[in-house]
Amino acid sequence: MVRGLLLRSFPPLVALCALLALWEVLVRAFGVRAFLLPPPSAVFATGVRDAGQLASSAWVTAEAALIGFGLSAVAGVLGAVVLASSRLLERALYPYTIFLQTVPIVAVAPLLVLWFGPGQRAVAASAFIVSVFPVIANTLSGLRSVEPALRDLFRLYGARRLATLLKLELPGALPHIFTGLRIASGLAVIGAIVGEFVAGFSEGTAGLGILVLAAYRQLRTDLMFAAVLCASGLGIVLFGVVSLAGARLLRRWHPSAS
Amino acid sequence: MTPLASVPAPPATPAPSLGSGIRVRVARVHRTFPGGVEALDGVELDITPGSFVALVGPSGCGKSTLLRIIAGLDEATSGGVELVPAVGQAEAWRAPIAYVFQDAHLLPWRSVLDNAALPLELSGVSRSEREAAARQVLAQVGLGDFTARYPAELSGGMRMRVSLARALVTRPRLLLMDEPFAAVDELTRGRLDDQLRALWHELGMTVLFVTHSLSEAAWLAERVVVFSRRPARVVRDRALELPRERTAALRLEPAFAREVQVLSEVLERGGG
Ligand SMILES: Nc1ncnc2c1ncn2[C@@H]1O[C@H](COP(=O)(O)OP(=O)(O)OP(=O)(O)O)[C@@H](O)[C@H]1O
Ligand SMILES: [Mg+2]
Repeated sequence: MVRGLLLRSFPPLVALCALLALWEVLVRAFGVRAFLLPPPSAVFATGVRDAGQLASSAWVTAEAALIGFGLSAVAGVLGAVVLASSRLLERALYPYTIFLQTVPIVAVAPLLVLWFGPGQRAVAASAFIVSVFPVIANTLSGLRSVEPALRDLFRLYGARRLATLLKLELPGALPHIFTGLRIASGLAVIGAIVGEFVAGFSEGTAGLGILVLAAYRQLRTDLMFAAVLCASGLGIVLFGVVSLAGARLLRRWHPSAS
Repeated sequence: MTPLASVPAPPATPAPSLGSGIRVRVARVHRTFPGGVEALDGVELDITPGSFVALVGPSGCGKSTLLRIIAGLDEATSGGVELVPAVGQAEAWRAPIAYVFQDAHLLPWRSVLDNAALPLELSGVSRSEREAAARQVLAQVGLGDFTARYPAELSGGMRMRVSLARALVTRPRLLLMDEPFAAVDELTRGRLDDQLRALWHELGMTVLFVTHSLSEAAWLAERVVVFSRRPARVVRDRALELPRERTAALRLEPAFAREVQVLSEVLERGGG
């Protein structure tokens, strides 16, 4: 297991090292100025020196992203349950949920500031808006994918609507729900960073989005790189945790038994 | 085969006397689906309480449709189905019907025990009672040692037995089976047939068993109904002249071969 993991992560690690080495060499060889493209060594040095600042910023962003993601998970699943409760309702409302997916979040973010004021609430709202649609869409398709024979079985035994939902439809939709949550986890971090660009100014520690902006104004490209790396690291961690939770939960029955 | 457990103590829920299957009367049932497909064309059947009847017919003729109508999962376009409880058992049973599909259709997130207990759970039986009933019926199908497993950890034949246990857990008075063992291998199917016959003897419910295998039909049933091609009509409905005790050796006897031969001729002609 551990050996397998090492073997599998070996090729990408080698590729990464090669890429970083090439980058370092090229930047030095052509004398590229650091504010345009800092060498990896400078980014690393900044990362170590400003580790405290980066960590606290990452935490601020993580908090907002987690709130947005949590809201997406709850509202997305509940929304899908409501939509799935009647064909009419789904036909009437589903087209508008697609609006959530296509809304240009950068353009809407100022509105969020007006509604929620600058700070965490607006940032979390931005993370929510960007990440809720995949949860709705995937949960809905999961609820719809229940085998007709199982529906018949529940009908035969006189199961009530709520029992069918809780004992058949939702558990049956779990693999789909987790697909939606995995997608949402990455998007929530992106949504939080974008939200911070517009709405992140407030008292207290600045999030990663603000840090990127501040570094940009000071032409501290090395810090920008470090902050961006932290942001994607955050997305990867959240994605990993959600994937792991899903795998643990579905482990016993995923070898699709019908 | 897995030995059948001896009959354990009766469950806490009141059990009806054994041998009290319900009578099924199918009167001139027609079924035309929206879109115009005519599946049943005046099907007429009277099933004796507690009998084991096999239904055979060409693929797509309407056998599943008939079972679904009998189960109340679909409605006849005209004609009707009447389920007549045996004298004295009447209202006591809320779920006298059980249905077994071609595939096991278990809930993969539930243990074997919880799968078998599902019908009782849905009708509000308390946990201790339904688990006791599920354990008992799982022991009856030879899965007493597998109650904590999950469906993904079982073989196809074992899953089918869980499905059978789930159907039997309510002590149904009518068991509808739609090509239940079609998806398992020949050897497993023979064992399942064996076990089903034994359970039927023990429990005495009425069984309607759809199958494509004429020899399975002849070996299992007391009576075989043959349907025409779609839309289904009954082309032959007769009791088999075979001993009540069905053994593996019976499959090799000339009388058995003759019954299967007759059935296959009727099936060929009946469709045309
Ligand atoms: N819900 C439905 N809507 C429309 N047509 C249907 C529906 N269900 C079944 N049919 C059609 O009715 C006919 C009979 O179907 P049915 O499933 O009852 O046949 P069957 O005898 O069980 O077939 P098989 O032996 O293949 O299981 C088929 O032509 C089928 O396509
Ligand atoms: Mg069928």
